[in-house]
Amino acid sequence: MTFKNLVLAGAAVATVALPGAASAATEIQWWHAFTGRLGDLLAEQVEKFNASQSDYTVVASHKGNYSEALNAGIAAFRAGEQPHILMVFEVGTATMMAAEGAIKPVYEVMAEGGAPFDADAYLGAVKGYYTTPDGQMLSLPYNSSTPVLYVNRDALEGAGLDPDMDLSTWEKVGEALDTLKASGHGCPLTTAWQSWVHLENLSAYHNVPFATKENGFTGLDTELAFNGPVQVKHIDAMGQWAKDGKFVYAGRRNEGGANFRGGECAFFTESSAGYAGVKAEAEFDFEIRPLPYWSDVDGAPQNTIIGGSSLWVLSGHEPEEYKGVAAFLSFLSTADIQAKWHQDTGYLPITTAAYEKTKADGFYDANPGTDVAIIQMTGKAPTGNSKGLRLGSFDQIRTIIDEELEAVWSGDKAAQAALDNAVERGNQLLRRFEQANR
Amino acid sequence: MEKRVTFKGWTLPLLLVLPQVVVTAVFFFWPAGQAIYQSAFIPDPFGLRTQFVGFGNFIFLLTDPYYLASFRTTAVFSVLVTVVSMATALWLAVMADRIIKGSGTYRTLLIWPYAVAPAVAGVLWLFMFNPNVGLVSWYLDVLGYNWNHVLNGNEAMALVVLASAWGRISYNFLFFLAGLQAIPKSVIEAAAIDGARFWKRFWTIIFPLLSPTTFFLLVVNIVYAFFETFGVIHTITAGGPRQDTTILVYKVYADGFVGQDLGSSAAQSVILLVVVGALTIIQFRYIERRVHY
Repeated sequence: MTFKNLVLAGAAVATVALPGAASAATEIQWWHAFTGRLGDLLAEQVEKFNASQSDYTVVASHKGNYSEALNAGIAAFRAGEQPHILMVFEVGTATMMAAEGAIKPVYEVMAEGGAPFDADAYLGAVKGYYTTPDGQMLSLPYNSSTPVLYVNRDALEGAGLDPDMDLSTWEKVGEALDTLKASGHGCPLTTAWQSWVHLENLSAYHNVPFATKENGFTGLDTELAFNGPVQVKHIDAMGQWAKDGKFVYAGRRNEGGANFRGGECAFFTESSAGYAGVKAEAEFDFEIRPLPYWSDVDGAPQNTIIGGSSLWVLSGHEPEEYKGVAAFLSFLSTADIQAKWHQDTGYLPITTAAYEKTKADGFYDANPGTDVAIIQMTGKAPTGNSKGLRLGSFDQIRTIIDEELEAVWSGDKAAQAALDNAVERGNQLLRRFEQANR
Repeated sequence: MEKRVTFKGWTLPLLLVLPQVVVTAVFFFWPAGQAIYQSAFIPDPFGLRTQFVGFGNFIFLLTDPYYLASFRTTAVFSVLVTVVSMATALWLAVMADRIIKGSGTYRTLLIWPYAVAPAVAGVLWLFMFNPNVGLVSWYLDVLGYNWNHVLNGNEAMALVVLASAWGRISYNFLFFLAGLQAIPKSVIEAAAIDGARFWKRFWTIIFPLLSPTTFFLLVVNIVYAFFETFGVIHTITAGGPRQDTTILVYKVYADGFVGQDLGSSAAQSVILLVVVGALTIIQFRYIERRVHY
C-alpha cells in the first residue's frame, strides 16, 4: 500500500466512523456522578435527547462520586476546560452560588436560549433549595429525595407488635424499640446519612433553625444553630438508644442499608431514593412511613428538606452551545422524563406535572408508600427554617457533625457537649468560607 | 579503591545530570514552591478571587486542637505501621533464609502482597472486618468479641495499621532477605563453632550486620506511612470514627479536595514537608551513627 492509498483509506475510515462530523452537531459536555442503575437511566435520557434532534449532541461523562465530580468541575474550570453542565450535590450549592463568574444561572440560560421555562412548574420545596431569595432559579434540580422511615413489618410481628401500629412520632417509635429490644431483637433501628436525617431534616421538620440567617439563605455571615433544645433532645434520645443497643450505628454514609435490606434491622431512616434497592433485595414485608417527629414540639411536623443534586451551567462557552444546554435542560424537565425518573428511581418527581402524571398512571396505587416522601415534603409551605440549607464548606461541616455524633453513639460525649462542639468547629469553617468569598 | 571517571569539560556531565535535575524541578521544586506560595492566601475554589493572609493559614491550623491531635494520630500510626511491617518482615526473612526445601515458593508467596495496590488492600481488609458481613468479625463474634471499628477508634486504628503494614511486609521482606544473604557465611559458621546458638548469633552478628538495610527501610517506611497510606485510610475509615484515623496527609486531602479550602490545604502540605524533612535529618544524624556499613 502506497502512502497516498493509506491517506485515502484513513480518510474513508474517518468519514464512516464520524457521521456526526458532517452535520456538525454542537457538543454539550455533561459531567455527572452516577454509576450502576442510576448511570444507565441517565445515559438513557441522554440517548433519548440526542435521538430527538440533530443540532446538539450531549456527551455525558462519569467523574466519580459527588465530591469528586464537583472537584473535577472546579479543577477543569481553573484550567479553562470546564464542561457545560456539572452535576453538584445539594451540599455544594453554597459553593456554586458564591462562585459568580464561574456559573451561568439557569434562568439566564433559559431566557437566552428561548426555551420555554416556568420555574413555578417545580415543587416549591425542591425549587426553594436552588433559587435566589427573589425566586430566580440558579440551577436545575435533577434528583431530589427526602428521608423517610422504612419498616420491616415481619420484624415488628416477630416481636409481637402490630405492624400497622402508629409510628408517626419518635415517642411511639421509642416504645416499639423497647418492645423489640425486650424480645431480643439485635438491631431495632439503624440509619443512613445521620447528619442529613437526624439534624438537618430534624431541624426543618420541627421548624427550628439549623443555622441563622434562614439557614444561610440570606447571608454568608450565617452561624450554625443546631445545638438548640429540640436537636439536643433528639440526639440525646438516640444516644440513649445506642447505649441500650436499640440503635445500631453502621457508618457515615448508607452502610446501614445492607443491614436493613438483609432483614437484620426493624427500622431504618434513609432517603426515599433507597426504595428501589430495598424493593429489589428485601425478602420480607416492608413499608415506608413518614419520618417520625417529637409530638411535644409546637409546629411539628413542618416539612422535610431535600438531598440530591442539581445541574449547574458553567460560564465560558459559546452562545450557540448555551442554546443547546437550554434545549437539553427543558427536555429534562418535561413531565414524561421526570415521571419516568421518579418511578424508576424513587427520587421525588420534581415538577407538579410529573407528580400528577405518576398519579394518573396509577403508580402510587401499585406501589404503596412511594408517595409518602412527596406528601411529607409538600404538606406545608416551607418556612425560613425548612426551605433548605445554604452553608459554605458544608461537606466538611457534615464530617465534623459525623465525628461528634460518633462520640455520642459510643458514649464518649453527652449530646449537648457534642453539638456545642460541632457548632463551634463548624462556625470556624463558615468564617473561612465567608472570608474566601468576600 | 575508588574508581573515578573523568570528563573533559563541563558539557557532557551537565547534560547527563540534566534529566534528573529537570524531573526534580518539575515534580518537586515547582509544586513545593506553589504550595508555599498558596499557603499565604485564602482563595475561593474556582480561583476567581483570592485574599492574602500572610501566616493566617498557619495560625489557623496551629491553634486548631483537632489539627494538633492529628499529629499525635500520625505519630502513633506511623510508628505502628513501621514497627509491625519491619518486625514481621524481618522474622519472615530470617525464617525463609533458613529453609532449604521449597524456599523459592515461600519467597514468591511472601512477595505477592506487594503487587496489591493500597486502595485494593484497603477494600480487602474492610471486607474481612466489616462489622456486618465480614468473615473475621463474624468469627470474633463467635468468640464473644464484638468488633465494630465504625465506632471504636482503637479498632479502626488497628485495622488501618494492619492493612497498611500488610502490603509493606513484602517490600521489607525482599530487602531483609537480600541483606541476610549478603552476610558472609564464614562469620556465622565461626560463631556456630564457638558454640553460639541461633538467637545469640542473630542478635550479636546478623542483626548488627543488617543495620544498613534496617536503617534504609526505617526511613523508607516512615515516609510510606506518612504519605502513601492515603488509599488505605480513604477506603477503610475515611479518617473516622471521630478523627481517630485522620492522619496529616488525609487531612490535606479532606480540607483541600472535599472542603475546597485550598489555602489551608497548601499550608498543611508545607507543614508536612517540614515535618518529614526534619524526621529524615534526625534519622540521618542520630540513628545512622549506629549503623555499621
